[in-house]
Amino acid sequence: MSLNFDFPDFEVVRNEKNCNKCKVCVLECSNKVHFYDENKKTLNVNNSKCVNCHRCVVLCPLKALTIKKYPLEFKENSNWTSRAIKEIYKQSQRGEVLLSSMGTSNKFPVYWDKMLLNASQVTNPSIDPLREPMETKVIIGRKPEKLEFNSKGKLVTEIPPQVELNIPIMFSAMSYGSISKNAHEALARASSELGICYNTGEGGLNKDFYKYGKNTIVQVASGRFGVHKEYLNAGAAIEIKIGQGAKPGIGGHLPGRKVGKDVSSTRMIPIGSDAISPSPHHDIYSIEDLRQLIFSLKEVTEYKKPIFVKIAAVHNAPSIASGIVRAGADAIVVDGFRGGTGAAPTRVRDNVGIPIEFALAAIDQRLREEGIRNHISLLVSGTIRNSADIVKATALGADAVCIGTAALIALGCHMCQSCTTGKCNWGIATQEPDLVKRLNPDMMYKKLVNLILAWNNEIQEMLGGMGINAIDSLRGNRLMLRGIDLNEKELEILGLKYAGQ
Amino acid sequence: MKTIDASNMHYRDLNAVVDAESLKEKNLIIKNVYGQRYIGRGLSCGIKMSVYGVAGNDMASYMNGAELEVFGNAQDALGNTMNGGKVVVHGNAGDTLGYAMRGGQIYVEGNVGYRVGIHMKEYNDMKPIIVVGGKAGDFLGEYMAGGVILVLGLNLDKDEDIIGRFCATGMHGGVIYLREKQDPYKFGKEASKVKLEDSDISFLKKQIGVYSKEFNKDLKHININSFSKYLAINKNPYANMYCVY
Repeated sequence: MSLNFDFPDFEVVRNEKNCNKCKVCVLECSNKVHFYDENKKTLNVNNSKCVNCHRCVVLCPLKALTIKKYPLEFKENSNWTSRAIKEIYKQSQRGEVLLSSMGTSNKFPVYWDKMLLNASQVTNPSIDPLREPMETKVIIGRKPEKLEFNSKGKLVTEIPPQVELNIPIMFSAMSYGSISKNAHEALARASSELGICYNTGEGGLNKDFYKYGKNTIVQVASGRFGVHKEYLNAGAAIEIKIGQGAKPGIGGHLPGRKVGKDVSSTRMIPIGSDAISPSPHHDIYSIEDLRQLIFSLKEVTEYKKPIFVKIAAVHNAPSIASGIVRAGADAIVVDGFRGGTGAAPTRVRDNVGIPIEFALAAIDQRLREEGIRNHISLLVSGTIRNSADIVKATALGADAVCIGTAALIALGCHMCQSCTTGKCNWGIATQEPDLVKRLNPDMMYKKLVNLILAWNNEIQEMLGGMGINAIDSLRGNRLMLRGIDLNEKELEILGLKYAGQ
Repeated sequence: MKTIDASNMHYRDLNAVVDAESLKEKNLIIKNVYGQRYIGRGLSCGIKMSVYGVAGNDMASYMNGAELEVFGNAQDALGNTMNGGKVVVHGNAGDTLGYAMRGGQIYVEGNVGYRVGIHMKEYNDMKPIIVVGGKAGDFLGEYMAGGVILVLGLNLDKDEDIIGRFCATGMHGGVIYLREKQDPYKFGKEASKVKLEDSDISFLKKQIGVYSKEFNKDLKHININSFSKYLAINKNPYANMYCVY
């Protein structure tokens, strides 16, 4: 088609006074935005290809580059925004489905920011975590109704399998394929050092990473890639992925071009073959069927591994969660609709699901009402941006949180939201060897360790301020939260009083 | 040879007994099976097990090389995510047989249910094979990514079809062989009929030989040239469907 209405999103601005034509920008840009004209001896840019990943800006030794929003404006119209118009230009060009990466960029309320934490004053004194013991370890898994001891004081109750997390944070499921091997290594090593867990996603477990098994959650999703007995027994727990916050109801699709030799051997599929995870598990059409899968995994791991079930936060999440508890799972992972992804249809990402704050509060409430909250651990994810979000999630009822986007940002992600292209200049969401090696796991895993330790210190400070010395004591304690800028219905669902009440 | 009586046993106990016995004895017989689930799950090479009765759901799931023979019918999800080994069913089998199966062989004497061979895959020398003696339900070979499904269509009535509808929907790898030609409307748009090559003929002869031996049937009347072969049109069926935004 000859006439393409599309125009660049960004403009690369070169300060010619500073630029010494070292061509680092040309070398570093996998999108080929920068190019050198040998005849004219000039450095030029093709703005159309720029995704605003900042790679050239960060690496330019003389800081001669900046990237700006492309200055072209449409006539102002509150309904037909620039984005709405550009989407139509794109789709009418070739009839394609819009595909986006990372979490939604639409403006939805972030309820974490509408909750405020309490602190002790005068009575129930605050605790100083720098000088007093402060527990942030959590134990994830199904808990027995009661503990029974024999006459000698020995525990006779059979305790279901548990996963210990030194800090109530896990790295969200991100498959090898969607992210690089070096990114996986950084996540695995950081988890190992921190005493937490990362998650394989539906990409299998690379043979080089079996040694991090006790810090690994292995995932089973509808495509069953790389799933076999050894894999299932390799991790600390198994997660059945039903859904994901960024694309509830939608499966996964790793395009064949990202399935190179190593991804192929980890997923156990031929090189270059599309890895398609169907939207549903075709052996699960009911809670009873889910129970069948949960127990097939328990059977093949001799009942030694906790089984997590991950769902997207959707309208009837509380009833589904109740079903998951009754199906025999050991933990539920709920992923809110602002959560990230390597690729999701834009319309699904931006329109399907509910915020994690509501889903969490509603599920916790429902399970308490049914008297089964203690049967299971509740993990949440989908825009956990900082330690305060974690403390608030805990007060709303979460046992721990999972972070994906925040972890990737620590690894150098600049949120250009172009993961699907596979050309990630930061070596994260790519399988191209030259790009993957830009992410040095030796160096970058320490950034993850730093981030989590910093958050842990912050969590301890906030807990201490509330006069609480163990995160377990905050769980579900909504009196430690107050709402601000929320209406009555929102307060009711979140189970909160208003600030000042 | 060790015989286990499964009467009134919960599957967890039965499978624990099988685990314990399989350490000592490589040939096992389970009698009086009434639908216990997960029999043979994750079972490794070198173990042979005969199962008498109706094998419950998820038999041979994640199985890793063992050989099972069922004298009776098998329920749903036989060979779920099976990695290797062999299962022979002297009877019919249910839905989602061979779901995400990656290696080994399953032979079913009679008919199978819906969504059989869904998301079967192959990897290097791991190439799973499902042979069905009778007919298969709807969605046979859905999302199929590798391996082979062969349906013989034996002993069918005149008005019975060898496959249901939506066969090979979403297929992006592997091969389906069906005895006699089928109406195109029964297939998903992702599969196409191709000509039989010499290698197909020898493969079919071999598998029909295995079937007739396992089930003690004379199949000399089958005309090999009457089989039709279906392949995925495209290994990357959805490559041009999306644009990055």
